[in-house]
Amino acid sequence: MSAHLPRKSSVALRDPRWLRWSLLAIALAFVALFLVLPLLAVFGYAFEKGLDVWRAAVVDEEARAAIRLTLLVAAIAVPLNTVFGVAAAWLVTRYSFRGKGLLVSLIDLPFAVSPVIAGLIYVLLFGKQGWLGPWLADHDVKIIFAVPGIVLATTFVTFPFVARELIPLMQAQGGDEERAAITLGASGWSMFWRVTLPKIGWGLLYGVILCNARAIGEFGAVSVVSGHIRGLTNTMPLHIEVLYNEYQRTAAFAVASLLALFALLTLVLKQIVGWRMRRIAATEPDA
Amino acid sequence: MRRTIAAVFASALFALGGLAHADTTLLNVSYDPTRELYREFNAAFAAEWKQQSGEDLKINQSHGGSGKQSRSVIDGLEADVVTLALAYDIDALHEHGDLVPADWQKRLPDNSAPYTSTVVFLVRKGNPKGIKDWDDLVKPDVGVITPNPKTSGGARWNYLAAWGYAKKKYGGDAAAQEFVGKLLKNVPVLDTGARGATTTFVERGQGDVLLAWENEALLALAEGGGKGQFEIVVPSISILAEPPVTVVDKVVDKRGTRKVAEAYLKYLYSPQGQEIAAKNHYRPRDAAVAAKYASTFPKVPLFTIDEVFGGWQNAQKTHFADGGTFDKIYVPGAK
Repeated sequence: MSAHLPRKSSVALRDPRWLRWSLLAIALAFVALFLVLPLLAVFGYAFEKGLDVWRAAVVDEEARAAIRLTLLVAAIAVPLNTVFGVAAAWLVTRYSFRGKGLLVSLIDLPFAVSPVIAGLIYVLLFGKQGWLGPWLADHDVKIIFAVPGIVLATTFVTFPFVARELIPLMQAQGGDEERAAITLGASGWSMFWRVTLPKIGWGLLYGVILCNARAIGEFGAVSVVSGHIRGLTNTMPLHIEVLYNEYQRTAAFAVASLLALFALLTLVLKQIVGWRMRRIAATEPDA
Repeated sequence: MRRTIAAVFASALFALGGLAHADTTLLNVSYDPTRELYREFNAAFAAEWKQQSGEDLKINQSHGGSGKQSRSVIDGLEADVVTLALAYDIDALHEHGDLVPADWQKRLPDNSAPYTSTVVFLVRKGNPKGIKDWDDLVKPDVGVITPNPKTSGGARWNYLAAWGYAKKKYGGDAAAQEFVGKLLKNVPVLDTGARGATTTFVERGQGDVLLAWENEALLALAEGGGKGQFEIVVPSISILAEPPVTVVDKVVDKRGTRKVAEAYLKYLYSPQGQEIAAKNHYRPRDAAVAAKYASTFPKVPLFTIDEVFGGWQNAQKTHFADGGTFDKIYVPGAK
């Protein structure tokens, strides 16, 4: 952890001033060009025809359906991945078993796989020509080209966020308090709620925020399984593409500006949570 | 925490309930450039159907590259009707999963294509590269934008139009293959759908000429980025594009929507439907409507796919199937 490095001997601080300044200038220019400028462009285009046009685009029936669907998908995928993430992190950090390394790599798989492939996997599994397709069709269960497919694809893509955030944290914290709680007669459940959760709370929240951000913004995997039925299976990112392709640039960017707002909100929350985590880490005596 | 989770699930269920619809619905799975056409047509037909039957009808739309859309329907996208770019993509619905009968194309008049179109060139204002006909597209300094024939119906029409031209002019398929190969070398990027290609040309300013559906080119003139920035060039000869429509039998029989789905497609052939098609830049079949819109659609000699390629099945097998001519002559990134 960088916090433990002795600060005064840091090499960066002994670099000549010109080098520091030019590095800073390069970094700032890069941030401005690749992050700030596009963000400004989103809001610029969104409001180029005034507030009324912006509002009309956002309250449009199809846009509202897209927003509802996006929030619904996040509301299912994020809790699922939270429960999974906590369970996986617990498993990986508290027990040792054969194949643990493999499990950890598997958790990371969605980071490595292209989202398009992630979507296609589900089409091949649940599509009409897929393995489970005929059975699903006979029982009138719709997964692909309907909301469940979108939820599945989003869950897959956002799978690692919570676990990835918790595993190093729980590794660093160790299991002493839990062992103490069990020794003192706490049930597994009350130990989890009273000891573990408060310990990992902020880290968990951090993971959940990142998971949620990705769930809301996912395009590739969802695009494959959605079927693009407007008003029914178009999420916000898909709706933005539709609008842009229909020469409705202002409307497209109006909805995009909502997504950007979500992103900014995420960023603020993330900062607050990160700051709390660092403060807690600083006040706690090192184990 | 527990309460929060419960609240989240409760609101999720609530939102799910909000997605359900009560009235009759139809899903029309269509190709890329028909977005504006069906937006107008659906509203007109819903009103007509309400008058005829008293039923409230909601028509849902899905758009994308024609081949991709066909694939989605095969994979289980429950389309009551498909209105795709070319017959082969509907033939595929018969071959995989038997969703429509083999003779689907004979069920409606005019090869089940209620409107037609052709392939034209869209160039930048003043036509700086002086593009007049197909031969100008293979000149070394011309950037041509056309979508990927593997996924886009429009792209297949473009490709076959160029092939047909060269075959007629230079005599034979070998010459045509060389011609189309040269043309493809001028294509910097293959989008998956016709609309994607149009945005690449119109909004992102790529290339000197867009090979496009006539309807797509006319729409780009009317709505695209800046008006008056583009011109349409009609080549000396082109292809008669017949985008067909059909009811998807397996789906309508399961959902009990056959009657309304058939009425929906018939309405495309009615004078009202033909008028909407013409207004949205598709060549109408109806003679009276065609006469009214004669000035929009220049007369140009058109060859059909049956004349030059022996039908879509043959064209598909020879040119676009895996290992077909397209795979042989298209080398990505070659310039």
